[in-house]
Amino acid sequence: MLLVLIDTDEDGVPGPGTDDLLAVAHGTGLPVHAVVIGTVPDGLPAECVHRIRHDLLSGYAPEAYGESLAQLVTRAGPAGLLAAATERGDEVLAQAAARAGVPLATRCVALRPGDPWSLTRLRSGGVLLEDAELSAPVAFATVAPGAAAGAETPAATGTPEIVDFTPELDPALARTRVVERVPRAEGVSLATAPVVVSGGRGVGSAEGYAVLEELADLLGGAVGCSRVATNNGWRPHRDQVGLTGTRIAPDLYIACGISGATQHWVGCMNARTILAINTDPEAPMVTRSTYAVVGDLHEVLPALVDALRARVRGSGHAPPAGVSARSET
Amino acid sequence: MSTADDPARRDVLVCVKRTPAVGARITLTEDRMAIDTRHLGFTVGPHEECAVEAAVRIAEEHRAGGGTARVTVLTVGPPDAAEQLRYTLAMGADDGVLVEVPTEELAPEPTAASITAAVRAAADGGTRYDLLLFGTDSAVAGNAQAGIRVARALGLPMVTGIKGMEIDGEGVVLHRETPGGNEVYRVPLPAAVGVKEGINLPRYPTIKGRMRARKAELRTVPGRTEPGGLRTVGLRCPREDRPETVVLGTGAAAVPAVVEKLTELGVL
Repeated sequence: MLLVLIDTDEDGVPGPGTDDLLAVAHGTGLPVHAVVIGTVPDGLPAECVHRIRHDLLSGYAPEAYGESLAQLVTRAGPAGLLAAATERGDEVLAQAAARAGVPLATRCVALRPGDPWSLTRLRSGGVLLEDAELSAPVAFATVAPGAAAGAETPAATGTPEIVDFTPELDPALARTRVVERVPRAEGVSLATAPVVVSGGRGVGSAEGYAVLEELADLLGGAVGCSRVATNNGWRPHRDQVGLTGTRIAPDLYIACGISGATQHWVGCMNARTILAINTDPEAPMVTRSTYAVVGDLHEVLPALVDALRARVRGSGHAPPAGVSARSET
Repeated sequence: MSTADDPARRDVLVCVKRTPAVGARITLTEDRMAIDTRHLGFTVGPHEECAVEAAVRIAEEHRAGGGTARVTVLTVGPPDAAEQLRYTLAMGADDGVLVEVPTEELAPEPTAASITAAVRAAADGGTRYDLLLFGTDSAVAGNAQAGIRVARALGLPMVTGIKGMEIDGEGVVLHRETPGGNEVYRVPLPAAVGVKEGINLPRYPTIKGRMRARKAELRTVPGRTEPGGLRTVGLRCPREDRPETVVLGTGAAAVPAVVEKLTELGVL
């Protein structure tokens, strides 16, 4: 039996990566039991739901969550414990693994039970795959979002039995818990924008981004940047696309003056279409892109913005909506 | 508030990892067990570089308020990892500790055990760290757990993914970004924190800092080398399915073709 932690928001809506997590869990062939801390979502494809309840678990608390899971593993005796490889999933399973005294394999894309388990996990943000063996009395692993891309999401076959579990928690564990939440402002965010216009070293200055802003406005998208731009103080870090910035998967990514180092590539490689504008036709960003314009972005972008403005004027239509709030997100 | 015999002193430990400075494409060794580093430099991971900057700022602020402070940077790695320690000293850290192991890539469990032993040894010597800073995850391995294992072993609270941090009289206030907004944590000291890039903009070392770092004496202690539970069988590069790039044109003359393509893609 496999325990699968389903992270939910306050309303019981499963978090990002849940479908991949469930698909990979069912793909092991082991019976799947869900674990929920809070409200149990409807329609979980699991034989049983272990609902962990305790006063100290009313808000997100990584230590108390980890301790609860370690205790549930001792009680339920599963072959493995899985969670989505989100920031929170990695954190909670690391807390649980440290308490249970077992190894943890993070960011897995394939898991095969056995002695040892064999698995494949992402490294370097996904530009490398690691095949590995996990030797442990209980296999702790997190599943990378996108791991089951293309696979069918397992469907619920009935109403799972709900079993309550109350862990014994030291009140001291409440020292790490959320004391305040600040909701994100409304608007098109970099993470969800359908079009992202991104600039790198070739933009040359903070002021140079004005034309990227205009283009993003005309396309109903958001502005992103490479690490060089944030390191030079041209853009805030929240605009950074990359390994240590935001990972995005827009319909269209326009990469302007970006060479395409690994740190940046892993942030945009899941874009459906990539258009690169660069003076160097051999730059990795260009050779990996779907379409390319070889040239100086300072010449290409103003001309492109002019052409799009003329098109908008000609059609009498307003530019795509949802743009003006971009920079507030 | 930190070292047993000096309550006005603040001690911060930052744990960093030597990591290959990979460019656009990664080449593997012939046995596929590691990144081929023959033609690469090494660096400190981006999250960890920000952790060093955060520690140096904390120390500067504490000194400006009349206290004393020390920033110690520790790495678990081969002898060559001294290069990364010296870089952090050039950024403003005071001490460097090399926990020496014979490999570039050590599993999270022995890494955590090595760091834990070093922290306990420091405590035996009279230094109790107020704050242990880590990067949230390492750039290459991405195991995201060494810091949490250390915190657990030492009984310290820990929060990871932190992009904002303020120390006040009661502890440390931590800010973390989530898909829905921001979360705020208030944690008592001593504590451990996993820092993310974006918390600050790391400074470039000054010439003076580099000169000082070059001469600084690093402390070297042996690390733990037992294997962890995860054994690498081999690394590989995923297949890229992207078709060959279609060049739409050169310079501003390519704009009509770009507009046509944007229309075709349904963006316009």
